[in-house]
Amino acid sequence: MSQGAIRRWKRPPFIQNPTLRWGLWVGAAIYLAFAFGTMEVNWDRVAEGVTRGQRFLAAFFPPDFVSRWDSIQDGILESLWMTITSTVIGIILSVPVGLGAARNLAYRPVYLFCRGILAVSRTFPEIILAIFFVKLFGFGPFAGFLALSVGTIGFYGKLLAEDIEDMDPVQAEAIKSVGAGWLQWLNYSVQPQVMPRMIGLGIYRLDINFRESAVVGIVGGGGIGATLLTSFDRYEFDSAAAILLVIIGIVMVLEYTSGYIRRWVQ
Amino acid sequence: MPVRQQADSKIWKRRTTKAQFAVWFGWLLGVAIFVYCWRLISDKTIWFFVTDAPKQAADMAERMVPPKWSYMEVLWAPVWDTINIATLGTMIAIVIAVPVAFCAARNTTPSIHFVRPVALFIIVSSRSINSLIWALMLVTLIGPGVLAGVIAIGLRSIGFCAKLLYEAIEEIDHSQVEAVIATGAARSQQLSFGIVPQIMPAFAGISVFRWDINIRESTVLGLVGAGGIGLQLDSSISTLAWTQVSLILLVILATVIVSEWVSAKIRHAII
Repeated sequence: MSQGAIRRWKRPPFIQNPTLRWGLWVGAAIYLAFAFGTMEVNWDRVAEGVTRGQRFLAAFFPPDFVSRWDSIQDGILESLWMTITSTVIGIILSVPVGLGAARNLAYRPVYLFCRGILAVSRTFPEIILAIFFVKLFGFGPFAGFLALSVGTIGFYGKLLAEDIEDMDPVQAEAIKSVGAGWLQWLNYSVQPQVMPRMIGLGIYRLDINFRESAVVGIVGGGGIGATLLTSFDRYEFDSAAAILLVIIGIVMVLEYTSGYIRRWVQ
Repeated sequence: MPVRQQADSKIWKRRTTKAQFAVWFGWLLGVAIFVYCWRLISDKTIWFFVTDAPKQAADMAERMVPPKWSYMEVLWAPVWDTINIATLGTMIAIVIAVPVAFCAARNTTPSIHFVRPVALFIIVSSRSINSLIWALMLVTLIGPGVLAGVIAIGLRSIGFCAKLLYEAIEEIDHSQVEAVIATGAARSQQLSFGIVPQIMPAFAGISVFRWDINIRESTVLGLVGAGGIGLQLDSSISTLAWTQVSLILLVILATVIVSEWVSAKIRHAII
């Protein structure tokens, strides 16, 4: 401890390199200036939104379940069917793709091919897929079902492949050493290791698919989305509020059940 | 261990008979539900269109090549808007998500019986509504445009960021906080010196991860009028300008890949 000014402790910064730290701050400031500068906002219209917002909030007390109940019920049921079928088909199709995309199972060409399928099906949001499937297969739940299935393949196949790559090779070797065939080997060494996590993820995907099935209707893919869009277009906020409450309710039920099942499985 | 007695020798089985039946019944139930749902969808489908689809697809693919490269001049502005929607939306979300997360985490919440349920409710309601639905609502409320998209992305991301953040806060190492308390720190000092440094990497990772997701989501917000490249996609599809559609798809693909690469790099640098 030498004489002179008292040295005070300062906490170390999160980013150690000072040039990088200040560079990031300056860059962020410039970016924000540009972003706000180029954003076109019609403030009069936004101000109008305040009164509309009040009307919309008022519509929640009480929401109108009655006058459009038939179409709400139809839409919700259609969404649920789409959710279930697309999850099942998507998972069934993603199993072979996922097996092929696991580096420790598949040969190199198969691996690259399956990884390619997964990358393509993950890139586009379900809603864009739905637009194209509606063009190809016509309006209705079939297009939405296909879009959700493709999304499921990308999601589930990738996670399955990663899970298989992370598995414990000792058990796999043990099963192989007793002379198991390839299918037996899959069934007794790979499957038990990945199953608990995959059941959880499957239920999680069911949850995601329901959320997505609520919007594919906006582009004509069937489900509750179409009803919601119509009620917003007609400014029937009380029906819209009812639909939103139904969606939130189902999502919450699904989320709690899926959380419960995942804890029970693991 | 489940075994089967067979002529004086025990044979190993994977499950007991009862468990076997339960599994079998579960499968039966699942298949029945699936077949029922499938029939309902198939009733609503016009199968002629489905059988016709390969021809349609070939036709569409033919009309989509080559992409109309000159249309790119028009697309730069929407791409910029799309990136802005994602970035500004993520910023709004983070600003709101941080206090919500501190209120929701069991070890930092001011009151476990009153404030925590409110915070959890904010998280659940923000997460359960898709960003496209948020956008749909905001477009009717404040009019079409980029602002509606920014707010929609922001509202949707609050729940996601707050959920991951509060889980990170609950998992911190408490001994460090205790050390800070032992020096006589006030509650705000405990937060800033004991907890914040521990969750900083998680916080940065979550923000970048959500930004990556938001780039994907903001490409479609234009379909309901909330700005970004989705507007161009929508108008190109409705005017059957397929060469523009293919270019837009390529641009979306490129944006998504670049954003994924950036976020992977940043997260790699943090962790």
